[in-house]
Amino acid sequence: MSLQATMGDYQTKKTLETFGFLPPLSQQEIYDQIAYIIAQGWTPAIEHVHPSGSMDDYWTMWKLPFFGEQDLGNVAAELEACHRSYPDHHVRLTGYDNYTQSQGSCFVVFHGRG
Amino acid sequence: MSVKKYDAGVKEYRDMYWTPDYVPLDTDLLACFKVTGQPGVPREEVAAAVAAESSTGTWSTVWSELLTDLEFYKGRAYRIEDVPGDNESFYAFVAYPIDLFEEGSIVNVLTSLVGNVFGFKALRHLRLEDLRFPIAYIKTCGGPPAGIQLERDRLNKYGRPMLGATIKPKLGLSAKNYGRAVYECLRGGLDMTKDDENVNSQPFMRWRDRFEFVGEAIQKAQTETGERKGHYLNVTAATPEEMYKRAEFAKEVGSPILMHDFLTGGFTANTGLANWCRENGMLLHIHRAMHAVIDRHPKHGIHFRVLAKCLRLSGGDHLHTGTVVGKLEGDRQSTLGFVDQLRESFVPEDRARGVFFDQDWGSLPGVFAVASGGIHVWHMPALVTIFGDDSMLQFGGGTQGHPWGNAAGACANRVALEACVKARNEGRELEKEAREIMTEAAQHSPELAIAMETWKEIKFEFDTVDKLDT
Repeated sequence: MSLQATMGDYQTKKTLETFGFLPPLSQQEIYDQIAYIIAQGWTPAIEHVHPSGSMDDYWTMWKLPFFGEQDLGNVAAELEACHRSYPDHHVRLTGYDNYTQSQGSCFVVFHGRG
Repeated sequence: MSVKKYDAGVKEYRDMYWTPDYVPLDTDLLACFKVTGQPGVPREEVAAAVAAESSTGTWSTVWSELLTDLEFYKGRAYRIEDVPGDNESFYAFVAYPIDLFEEGSIVNVLTSLVGNVFGFKALRHLRLEDLRFPIAYIKTCGGPPAGIQLERDRLNKYGRPMLGATIKPKLGLSAKNYGRAVYECLRGGLDMTKDDENVNSQPFMRWRDRFEFVGEAIQKAQTETGERKGHYLNVTAATPEEMYKRAEFAKEVGSPILMHDFLTGGFTANTGLANWCRENGMLLHIHRAMHAVIDRHPKHGIHFRVLAKCLRLSGGDHLHTGTVVGKLEGDRQSTLGFVDQLRESFVPEDRARGVFFDQDWGSLPGVFAVASGGIHVWHMPALVTIFGDDSMLQFGGGTQGHPWGNAAGACANRVALEACVKARNEGRELEKEAREIMTEAAQHSPELAIAMETWKEIKFEFDTVDKLDT
């Protein structure tokens, strides 16, 4: 067989930063990442945007960041609620780190259909 | 009122510069030298000579000394310690008053501390092991143009190390072909690519042409992937004027980041460029060509932890630190010691990591640690463990040597990186479970599976030349 025949063609993907190269996270895997954010002492927060605006710094906040939230289930339920309200939008989960004044974690949980 | 009289001639250094009762001030700049004297010369005399020759002293008393108060300006050797496992060398601790140094000038600090004294005949070898910069001095330095937090915000990279590659072959590509290699890496999943250190503006690829093609590669990759991208355009040049000209054009073509070689270019050029970057909203990647000439010999020169501290003060957003696991020299504990100096706001004394002083960095922003050189996907679990999130992992051959090319190689590394970060966040032990984590990740990535097969046998296991003293 020729070398070309065994060589794959790499197609460019819209990957949207961290965890964009992994398969969609399962419910359990999302729970694990929420648990990590909370265990680090970070504040979980949810944002969403129409895919046409995904390169913008600011996505629209879903409510306020969940200050002091310790229950994984509540955060997961809010992610679902945001996704149901904006099914065409990307939805991302952020862990705000007030010590570094940055985001300790941020990844897209639901890809919008738009 | 002065009661001293002029007494010409040669005095022993220790009469004036060996002060074992001295308690260093918070504003003093402190140095730890590893000293190897000529046989038969007492330690106190050698230590005092180092303090004198790196501060106010000269070999013979001069009358004009009496016109000032040298007690106020002199450096003081205030402590001597044995070097573990070494009978011929010792550590000398020297305190320098802050008024010996021009504000914000690493050039001035180094010209004093590692100037003539290193050629002094009473010494066989001399090594500057560590420096404690007083917070008062740090406040006079500009530091990193952006710092870790601002770079993350500008580039939208959170919760993981960034991924990069040096474009290969390092010399000889035309500008258009070079831009192709950049584009392929970026579309495949790297965050940034890098000019090799010796790519400046040679006949085969002049800088302006490279910048233009690379600029197009960055913009196209950003649009197609929905991610922010960059390429460190190397603006190291023969003159500062030329360097700034290239920096202006790098900004014009839309790269978020520049690159400079801080040791071959020099601290004057580096500090000036860092200031330019801060004023122009550009990030600054720092390469360290020539460092091993200065820092590799265990008894002579300057330890890299000192050069790293100097760079953080002079200014840079990324600094190469070695990989620990790849093809280049680097002991794990020692590397972690100076990685802390780049990133943390306070680093306590820790002899197990070669850190001789508490160092308070105040509000100076942090610098990303760059691991680059001979690393490939199998190193990923160890690299994520050693360097953590605030690092830039650069796989040159390990990206572009992939059997399917740069884009697939980039994808393989990105999949491996994200799998490791995800597993770490889930509480798994990366180094212990490396094979399982990588194998699981490869099940949904043929690019990673092939990379793992390609590099499964490559190891770089040689003993470190510059070990910590234990």
